[in-house]
Amino acid sequence: MTSHLPILQVVVPLIAAPIMVLLRSGPIAWVLAVSVSWAALAIAAGLFVEVADGSLVSYWIGSWPPPYGIEYRIDVVNAFLVLLISLIAAVVIVYSRESVRAEIPRERHYLFYAMYALCLAGLLGIAVTGDAFNLFVFLEVSSLSSYVLIALGRDRRALMAAYQYLILGTIGATCYVIGVGLLYLETGTLNLADMAVRLAQVSGDRPVLAALAFITVGISLKLALFPLHLWLPNAYAYAPSVVTAFLAATATKVSIYVLLRFYFHVFGGSAIFDAQPMAPIWITLSLAAMFIASATAIFQDNVKRLFAYSSVAQIGYMTLGASLGSFTGLTGGIVHLFNHALTKGALFLLLGGIALRVGTIRFDAIGGIGRVMPLTSFGIVLGGLSLIGVPATVGFVSKWYLVLATLERGDWWLAFAIVGSSMLAVVYVWRFVEAAYFREPSAEVARLREAPLSMLVPAWLMVLACVYFGLDTQLTLGGAGAAAAELLRGRQ
Amino acid sequence: MKDYLVLRVIAKMMIAFMLLFALYVQFHGELGPGGGFQAGVISAAAIILYAIIYGLPAAHRVVPEWVVETMVAAGVLLFALVGVAGIVLGGNYLDYFVLDPNPVHGQERGIFWVEAGVFITVSGVMLKIFYLFAGRGRDEESES
Repeated sequence: MTSHLPILQVVVPLIAAPIMVLLRSGPIAWVLAVSVSWAALAIAAGLFVEVADGSLVSYWIGSWPPPYGIEYRIDVVNAFLVLLISLIAAVVIVYSRESVRAEIPRERHYLFYAMYALCLAGLLGIAVTGDAFNLFVFLEVSSLSSYVLIALGRDRRALMAAYQYLILGTIGATCYVIGVGLLYLETGTLNLADMAVRLAQVSGDRPVLAALAFITVGISLKLALFPLHLWLPNAYAYAPSVVTAFLAATATKVSIYVLLRFYFHVFGGSAIFDAQPMAPIWITLSLAAMFIASATAIFQDNVKRLFAYSSVAQIGYMTLGASLGSFTGLTGGIVHLFNHALTKGALFLLLGGIALRVGTIRFDAIGGIGRVMPLTSFGIVLGGLSLIGVPATVGFVSKWYLVLATLERGDWWLAFAIVGSSMLAVVYVWRFVEAAYFREPSAEVARLREAPLSMLVPAWLMVLACVYFGLDTQLTLGGAGAAAAELLRGRQ
Repeated sequence: MKDYLVLRVIAKMMIAFMLLFALYVQFHGELGPGGGFQAGVISAAAIILYAIIYGLPAAHRVVPEWVVETMVAAGVLLFALVGVAGIVLGGNYLDYFVLDPNPVHGQERGIFWVEAGVFITVSGVMLKIFYLFAGRGRDEESES
């Protein structure tokens, strides 16, 4: 059975979704969702152990050999990502029961969990597949289900946000598939590994250049790179709390993986890629994301929107690390991908607790929340410290590596930029601290109780993970380093 | 449109042929143009025609909402389980070669069931979309 792990990773949640719809029961759907999420985590751990030594697992769908059939290809890069996604999914789904009960009409519960399972299957599918078109299909599976999940938000604006995301996400997916179409014309293959080999020998460079442009724009839309991030703040702010935590920690990360896969493995060997000024473009956009999105975050009056803008900024750090091109930079980018997923997952889960008790998440409604919900508020402060990059949190580890990478290149100003934009994070995290601890609780807030344990425990697990992986970096840095080495091998 | 005698009679005749044609497209799919998707759309179109002529409540009596929702999920499940059958019989996922001692027949068998899954889901989704649009604002009206 272990030889089927790559496909089971996707198929287990995929099969669970229609079963949930057939059974039409919210509680059973939740139990199923929990079991498939934990099964996915176990499978991911198995795969990670299998490829940790640098070996490669190849699975042929329908026993058709690659490059003709669809190949699932697991190396240390996507094994690391799959581990991250299923880890987040396993924690979030345990948390979800209470929060879903409060935020989603009862008759839709089973549909919510079915959509969640589909979204998980889609995200995992993007990660494990080695086929460019299969990747597009899973991109659509995960996107379509996430539009539905976002639209289920209590706020009426959730529908608008989901629609906006639908339009922009579809444009992104279309751009991606146009790019893949051009590459298919040039190389005659859809298998990513085979495509990389053949692309190195392609003579005409115009279509490849166009494909590079389409794929870059398409995936950048999905990962919310700075000027293409407009769908993200509303989608995160108005989605149900569980959905925000899940998507913030996984969806954009998967898109970054797709980008890295294309840049380093598929285009990596072609001369066309090296002829373009990729690094300056990406560094500029990353810096813009880090500063402009952080500055915008400071002026939000909705806490979820604030942290959504912060996500756009943090994505800037990841792309900055990747665009430095060095081993240290790439390691920093990938480890930040992992660390930021933990941090934002923890923050949005805790904010879900506040949303449950207060009903809204605006700064003017949560004054003095630190006195009545001490654990939740303290967790958010710890998460905020990790966003800033304070030592002994995961945020420090990744920013340390990013700074090291810039110094390696001799770009002092970039190191100062990283530290400078972290100062902006201090400002927006302080806004929460000020509201939670330095304001007198209003009469309504004073009556509130701490969030229920079933939500606090998963959320605090994530917070503790933020601290733990800030001290013991063996798994995260080891995995990220191996992934970076594997990606850079394609550039030789 | 229940009052138009011509429409009612013609529709009744047409629906039988539409359903038959859907089955033809379904089972002839591997030899000619067609397959599960097209057949699913045609069979859903037959029900939609019935709904247009005889009214939505009548169509709801023939194909109730819960049947539609079950179809949407059951087709996907059937498709996915054909893949699992490949694993159980010792092959890879979606491996049709192992479904029959003769690999060619195995391919045919695999495609048959996969197309059946596509048929069920597509016609379910088509009907679901039609019911959603047609049922908008009707909830308060008494559906006899």
